[in-house]
Amino acid sequence: MIAKPAALAVNAVLAAAAIAAIFPLLWMLAASFMAPGEASTYPPPLVPVHPTLANYRELFAHAGIGRYLANSVLLAIAATALSLVFNTMAGYAFAKLRFAGRERLFKLMLGALVIPGQVAMVPLFLLLKQLGLVNTYGGVIVPALASIFGIFLVRQYALSIPDDLLEAARIDGASEWRIFRAVVVPLLRPIIVTLAVFTLLGTWNDFMWPLIVLSDQHLYTLPVALASLAREHVQDNELMMAGSVLTTMPVLVVFLLLQRYYLQGLMMGSVKG
Amino acid sequence: MNVTGRSVRQRRAAWWFVGPALVVIGVFFFVPVVAALAMSLTDFDIYALADLHNLRIVGLSNYIELLQRPLFWKALGNTFYFVVAGVPLSLGASLGTALLLNSPFARLQPFFRTALFAPVVTTVVAVAVIWRYLLGTRYGLLNYALGAIGVSPIDWLGDPSFAMPAIILFAVWKNFGYNMVILLAGLQNIPRELYEAARMDGASAFAQFRFVTLPMLAPILSIVGILTIAGYFQLFAEPYVMTQGGPLQSTLSILYLMYEEGFKYWNLGNASAVAFLLFVIIFAVTLLQTRQTRRLGFAP
Repeated sequence: MIAKPAALAVNAVLAAAAIAAIFPLLWMLAASFMAPGEASTYPPPLVPVHPTLANYRELFAHAGIGRYLANSVLLAIAATALSLVFNTMAGYAFAKLRFAGRERLFKLMLGALVIPGQVAMVPLFLLLKQLGLVNTYGGVIVPALASIFGIFLVRQYALSIPDDLLEAARIDGASEWRIFRAVVVPLLRPIIVTLAVFTLLGTWNDFMWPLIVLSDQHLYTLPVALASLAREHVQDNELMMAGSVLTTMPVLVVFLLLQRYYLQGLMMGSVKG
Repeated sequence: MNVTGRSVRQRRAAWWFVGPALVVIGVFFFVPVVAALAMSLTDFDIYALADLHNLRIVGLSNYIELLQRPLFWKALGNTFYFVVAGVPLSLGASLGTALLLNSPFARLQPFFRTALFAPVVTTVVAVAVIWRYLLGTRYGLLNYALGAIGVSPIDWLGDPSFAMPAIILFAVWKNFGYNMVILLAGLQNIPRELYEAARMDGASAFAQFRFVTLPMLAPILSIVGILTIAGYFQLFAEPYVMTQGGPLQSTLSILYLMYEEGFKYWNLGNASAVAFLLFVIIFAVTLLQTRQTRRLGFAP
């Protein structure tokens, strides 16, 4: 049996890699239940001696984390819902509706994918300032309302919708809007879920733009608030770990529940070349 | 209604479908990108922010000044350091784990895949906070583990020569799962017969990897490489949370410089020039890689 040591080695290395990947997350969870100061002892403890919710209580009572959590939830859901409508409509049209300049427009957008979003940030800030959107929820949401990547994803999927189906509905006298609602959206359901998960995680985790556009603490999202707390509370390991748990757990749970859809989108997105 | 009538109606409807998204992308992306180029040719600063009459067109002088500033070269050097060391390590980890997951010996594949991918979906800021403590000099677990094999404590985030390696280590941990999943899909698409044929020719495991796996994976590998390099050039949140660009500006990245110039000192003209230079660099590197890829004969 030559296979046995090889099988053992493969699984051992895999297990070691998996532990390295999730250890920091497990330690975060453990440390978030430690008493203040407990993590700063030597040797570094792996599990809390007397598990306590004190850090979470402190975060909600004095650090105002409830407010940041609500901001993050609100912004992520609003941006996701609105951008889904915009991207799905546009992606479908680029795939299935004929209009002048369609191919050229699509190529132009694909080409623009090489431009890093940060190039636009300074003028975007000034533009939103003119519109009175700096330091508002709107300032975070508006630039996220449509994305080239989202349109691309929907378009690729929508290409597989048979033209005959749409044509038949047209001959029956259905309006384009009605065809979209009644025929197209149900067919696009899988890619809509994929895009929803992508957008939700993307907006939840987004840091640089909210950091720039929000200056009022009451509007901070969790990542922005956490970065600012981390600068104030350099010594409070356990408190910061509780904050990290509240920030990462929601996205991890969403990912675990909808992982199939997320990974599908990731694979589709990567073949755009 | 006749066919022409329907197609005219369809054309008109199409604009209602693409219109909203195009307006958003046009107004909030394309216009700002063009405006960034224009702004980089002005001395837009806090006085111009208060009153546009204070705005002057200064031509290329933002760029010239930038190229004469040691801090810009420092940031550029740091960013290249991060890309040149971080991307190969990241891709190596992705390819290694993808190969392991694809091995016929691998058990519990879905579990391992999910565990290895988990860091990707986490929030950079939150996990950077965790790593700041894991990398702590006195109570950090990394130094504790290193101590067990006789390495004396390293001041990871406080020593200018260790801060960037620490951030690279963190970035590799955070990102490798993304490419792993893509490469794994690529590996699964390689026809089994190719390996069987190679085995019948007496090819060793290494030879199979070298002459079957790598060539078959090359197109995906090159796309993944291009996207990863472009992504790594955009380093910002990691140093912002872990080191604030320090110590001694050893982790100051180009984007960090743009952020400080623009939104800390309100030198918006200058910041636009920094952003544009970053874009030019990413564009040039992408172009170079695409050329290289084409020349080697696996056009994406």
